[in-house]
Amino acid sequence: MHNAPEFKIPIGPQHPALKEPEGFSVALKGEKILGVDIRLGYNHRGIEKAAEERTYIQDIYLLERVCGICSHSHSTCFIQAVEEIAGLAVPSRALYIRTIIGELERIHSHLLWLGVAGHEIGFDTLLMYSWRDREVVMDILASITGNRVNYGMNTIGGVRRDINPEEKQEILNGLKILEERTKYYIEIATQETTIIKRLSGVGVLSREDVLRLDAVGPTARASGVKRDIRADDPYAAYGELSFDVITDDHCDVYGRTVVRVKELMESYKIIRQALEKLPDGPLVVKAPRKIPIGEAISRYEAPRGEDVHYVRSNGTEKPDRVKVRAPTLANVQAVKHMLKDRFLADMPIVIAAIDPCFSCTDRMVHLKEQDCGSDKVINWPSLHTYSIEWHKERGIDFTQLNKKLQERFTR
Amino acid sequence: MLGSLFYIIVFPGLIFLITFALIAEFIDRKIYARLQNRVGPPWFQPFADFIKLAGKEDIVPADSNAKMFKVAPIFALASAITAFLYIPLWKTSSLLSFKGDIIVVLYLLTLPTLAFFIGGWYSTSLYSRIGSVRSLTQLFAYEVPLFMGILASALLADTWSLKGLAEFYMAHPWFWVFNLLGFGVALISLLGKLEKVPFDIPEAETEVVAGGFTEYSGRMLGFLRMTLDVEMIAGSALLALVFFPFGLNVNPVLGFLIFIAKILFIVSLISLLRTVVARLRIDQMINFCWKFLVPLALLQLLLNLILKGVLLK
Repeated sequence: MHNAPEFKIPIGPQHPALKEPEGFSVALKGEKILGVDIRLGYNHRGIEKAAEERTYIQDIYLLERVCGICSHSHSTCFIQAVEEIAGLAVPSRALYIRTIIGELERIHSHLLWLGVAGHEIGFDTLLMYSWRDREVVMDILASITGNRVNYGMNTIGGVRRDINPEEKQEILNGLKILEERTKYYIEIATQETTIIKRLSGVGVLSREDVLRLDAVGPTARASGVKRDIRADDPYAAYGELSFDVITDDHCDVYGRTVVRVKELMESYKIIRQALEKLPDGPLVVKAPRKIPIGEAISRYEAPRGEDVHYVRSNGTEKPDRVKVRAPTLANVQAVKHMLKDRFLADMPIVIAAIDPCFSCTDRMVHLKEQDCGSDKVINWPSLHTYSIEWHKERGIDFTQLNKKLQERFTR
Repeated sequence: MLGSLFYIIVFPGLIFLITFALIAEFIDRKIYARLQNRVGPPWFQPFADFIKLAGKEDIVPADSNAKMFKVAPIFALASAITAFLYIPLWKTSSLLSFKGDIIVVLYLLTLPTLAFFIGGWYSTSLYSRIGSVRSLTQLFAYEVPLFMGILASALLADTWSLKGLAEFYMAHPWFWVFNLLGFGVALISLLGKLEKVPFDIPEAETEVVAGGFTEYSGRMLGFLRMTLDVEMIAGSALLALVFFPFGLNVNPVLGFLIFIAKILFIVSLISLLRTVVARLRIDQMINFCWKFLVPLALLQLLLNLILKGVLLK
């Protein structure tokens, strides 16, 4: 192994270990990783720009689709900022319902993560089991909100659907099953020999590195940094509920697993309290169509860590600027650090351990032309003409086709 | 002449072996699925997979050494099938046998791994190269305990041929109980040979896509997958003979049923083992083999040496 040649292998943009396109170029010496280059930008969808073209109400549904898993996180984070600008006092029943959905979402995200982590270390049984149990929480979400993901619960000034007593009972019944299963997973994750062998000592990120690289969420908490927006800067109903911020000092992937499974237990506790305390009252206050001039930053503890939205309004019904900072962007630099001098076999689980969501985090990459290093910005009409020319050069002419189509439509 | 041709090609040779191997693959997959709370495939799935692959185009990478790339799968399948012909199934004698055929069977069962290495290496893809180097690295870890486990049993019987081994254990019933430790060692090593969890490191999907098999497609991939199935049967048959040598030389129908039961027992043990553990890293795998399996195999050898002195005086 000492004289093994150095070479680079691509992990991504298309690779079985990654659920979303992202480029990792890994320099290897034998099985050892010398360095990793991360390239974002394969999944950029221009959501921030699109949000500026839509009204606030439309934006809720757009921003909900930033992420498939933490959809409620993004929409709540956005409307919290909008409500702050508009100075709306959201009724407390709505805040409690937001909290309940947020925690149910955390349960479904953490169970999903547990399965993915199992798959990355070749333990498919764990994947099958935890995804089966995840169906319980998915069913609860579906019956409360009408959807398994992208719940559409939030609206400016409150929530759109109520939780009635039968649904409350359904949630409590589901939690009973989930709690029992989670205890079993805690047992597996902390006792199964091969899992411990594959997880402990892998992807070490010390406390100092967390503070230096600004990691968030379970990644930070697993290194003993007590960083949780729910406790640090309470939003929704978290200020009135009691729960513990789970931390761990293993500083490795094992610690991140322990933090996540223990957080599941905290989520059950929070939901039980919230259902018990659920106050009576209206679900929503009337929000103005045009939001007054102002700006606000809103923070939200998504399952993957701190989510930040910035909204600036200009007094119209459309926002002037929306900025999304998904938790993965804060954690992705830590991956590079964690992979240094590790084995290739650790790569999938180390990447998975931050629970990456690349499509949420993706942003525009400004490309420089490789040959001359100069910038090239191309706008929509010139791109259109360029593509027509490009096809013409290769013998495909759309002008005739266009004419025909137009004739047909005008007829 | 015609008789032995029938033996080699139809029963218990090629056609029977391949059918049985595919059925065993189904059983393995079904047990694995049921233990994971899934429904699992229908019984004809392995056959359908093979027919589908056989009907597809073979793509040979432009940079690869085409000859080596194409020969490796056939070479692997042929050696796994040949190994099976040397193993006594429900009689004490087998189709082909000579003094020292234990070594030949073990050698023939090693060849597929070498063929996987050659095929992976010459396909020149980076994933294939890493995967094939891993399978070769792994070979050096599991072969030693596997050989020691099997040869410990032969040591007790004082023979180098499978026929002699079978005859010895028929003459001394219940002696196989002493070899159960060796069976455990050999079974775990067999998981490495078959590249199954926890030793599926060479084809770890989340790390190196499909390892040495990454560039294979169509018929050649079908052959490679069938090699693993046939190897599973041949390996299980070898373990069944060496560690459970009873019910041989009875009525052929009963003997056949006992043989099938033994193989299925070993196959279901393999499925069970791969359900309950995670994949190890290559360094952990080598440590495990040399630190735990080899000492256990040595213990078995020591035990058999003592037994030989005490019981067979």
